[in-house]
Amino acid sequence: MTTALLTQSVSKTYELNTGIIKAVNDVSVSVRAGQFVALVGPSGSGKTTLLAMLAGLLVPTDGSILIEGRDVGKMTEAERTRFRREKIGFTFQANNLVSYLTALENVELMLRLNNKYDKAGNARAKELLTRLGLGDRLDNLPRQLSGGQQQRVAIARALIHDPSVVLADEPTASLDTERAYQAVETFSSLIHEQNRAGIMVTHDLRLCQYADQVIKMVDGEVQRVITDRQEILEMAASGKAEAQGLPVLEAKPIVRRNGKSQVALPFGSNTVAVPSI
Amino acid sequence: MAIYLALKEMWRNRGRFFLISLVIALITTLVLFVAALGEGLGSGNREYLAKLNAELIVYTKTSDLTIAASRMDRSKLAEVKRVDGVKDVGPISFSSVSIVFGDSQKPLNVSLIGVEPGRPGEPPVLTGRELRNRRGREAIIDKKAAALTGYKVGDVFTIKSTQGTKEEFYKLEVVGISDGRQYSLQPSISVPFLTWDEIKPKPVADDSQSDLTSNVIAVQLNNSKDTQSMIRRIESQVSDVHVVDRKTAYESTPGYSAQQSTLNTQASFALLIGALVIGGFFQIQTLQKVPQTGMLKAIGTPNLTIAIAAVTQIIAVTVLGVMIGSLTTLALTLSFPPNLPIVLTANAAAVGISSLLMLGPVGGLVSIRYALKVEPLKALGLS
Repeated sequence: MTTALLTQSVSKTYELNTGIIKAVNDVSVSVRAGQFVALVGPSGSGKTTLLAMLAGLLVPTDGSILIEGRDVGKMTEAERTRFRREKIGFTFQANNLVSYLTALENVELMLRLNNKYDKAGNARAKELLTRLGLGDRLDNLPRQLSGGQQQRVAIARALIHDPSVVLADEPTASLDTERAYQAVETFSSLIHEQNRAGIMVTHDLRLCQYADQVIKMVDGEVQRVITDRQEILEMAASGKAEAQGLPVLEAKPIVRRNGKSQVALPFGSNTVAVPSI
Repeated sequence: MAIYLALKEMWRNRGRFFLISLVIALITTLVLFVAALGEGLGSGNREYLAKLNAELIVYTKTSDLTIAASRMDRSKLAEVKRVDGVKDVGPISFSSVSIVFGDSQKPLNVSLIGVEPGRPGEPPVLTGRELRNRRGREAIIDKKAAALTGYKVGDVFTIKSTQGTKEEFYKLEVVGISDGRQYSLQPSISVPFLTWDEIKPKPVADDSQSDLTSNVIAVQLNNSKDTQSMIRRIESQVSDVHVVDRKTAYESTPGYSAQQSTLNTQASFALLIGALVIGGFFQIQTLQKVPQTGMLKAIGTPNLTIAIAAVTQIIAVTVLGVMIGSLTTLALTLSFPPNLPIVLTANAAAVGISSLLMLGPVGGLVSIRYALKVEPLKALGLS
């Protein structure tokens, strides 16, 4: 698999009256095509700042960000805008959709922005939305959709124009647990299917179970990069336990029952199978 | 792309955008109405002098260009005629009488203008004939008088004139109808000078002057473009006179400049208010759309697209509003009775409409600038 995104010693420094703040400090990570990465950490750890730099919305103070071999940080604003439009898909925590465009029109928006809208594009947009369970919602406006449905439309929009990198900033922040899992599971599947590089910022560790790599940030620095599947699942399990107010327990390996992934957690002398968390 | 976004938004929020158009329509109606009022009042003051078939008008030097204060005797008429370059001269005198009707209809006040038949000052006729008889009881009425009275060529009407302490009535025959020739905000009737002298209101009855005087003298030149040098020549060769062109003459009419500048100021303020209202509407809309604008920029929408979309909406809303307002004003002005000084000329309408159409984009410039300065990260709450 090729490296789709590479950051080399990327830093972002702000000079304030109170002193110098390093929001991101010397971050070097790489994401391959077809890899789904979860970027986790407490509030203020620099996750969103790093994501904004990856998207070309912020210019790094130091270091380089290479996407398809091009240094995003060295581009002019107009070049970064164009690069974002052509090569990057983005979903946000809120205000994802254009309020006066239907679900279908919101997805087609990226094609129109790139002057690639045609009948084939229209068909692709419909197919993608249908795949995401919104086949009967194509002509609904955002206000007629639930939060989860809006997020799925945003996912479709982020993927329709064949970007190299897909970025998601807290995509499940306004969703309930069940819909959050559905959204991220779908997101992860499509990333793998379409061979994109996907990065999701989240502070919900439970969602890490869908990731191939977890980058943990603290105080603007990368604390750990976890690629071991077992460790990722344990992290996800600890996230669920924490969410339920339960003590963090050691997770058992994944067991597949009836086609569904489950993690067996010890509970007293028994084990509890936790269905698709 | 920009046009697509603009039209989609307008269609999905057509109620709101139509409301803005209606406000612009109201402002348009106000601006055009004030312009029409200005034109009507201005025309009522200047029409006769502006349309005079002479290049220059001679006043008494001490009259300060006030027609009522100017008195020119016949000798002055001959002196002016003798100046080299003068083609023809004609005495003009002004007063005010009422046309009375047989029934209970209210009398109509008109300006009674005394002119020499066949000389400068006599208005050209659209229908009928010119004045012929120097002492005849004949009159040329202007279009407005004809519209208000319903008189046609050949009709005989009665005027009332106060002479001394008595009210005298005189019958006049309509021999011709001219275009609009209002004077002193009244429709006008032109009669032969000697007839005018006989029937005009007088402080003392039977006060026909042996030596007739006129208020002013209308002067036609051999070379109509030679006004400035002819003014100097006449003033140097004829004593105690002040000579001006037509424009100076009507602009010097008492109250004319003050009236016009007041109305122009009103129209300018209406335009300024219009710009502020349009600007205010779009600024509020832009503020409400900041997160959406930030999102569009974040996904790679160029600033130019956002700007063009905004300008498209402003232009569309303004054009619709100006159209509705213009048609409304036209309908209103056509429905007004002819005695109301409301005249919507093509020129005034064109100036008003083009000012309003430019107003939209100008008023919306602040909101466009604001939209362009929206930072995606701040708008989305990511910074």
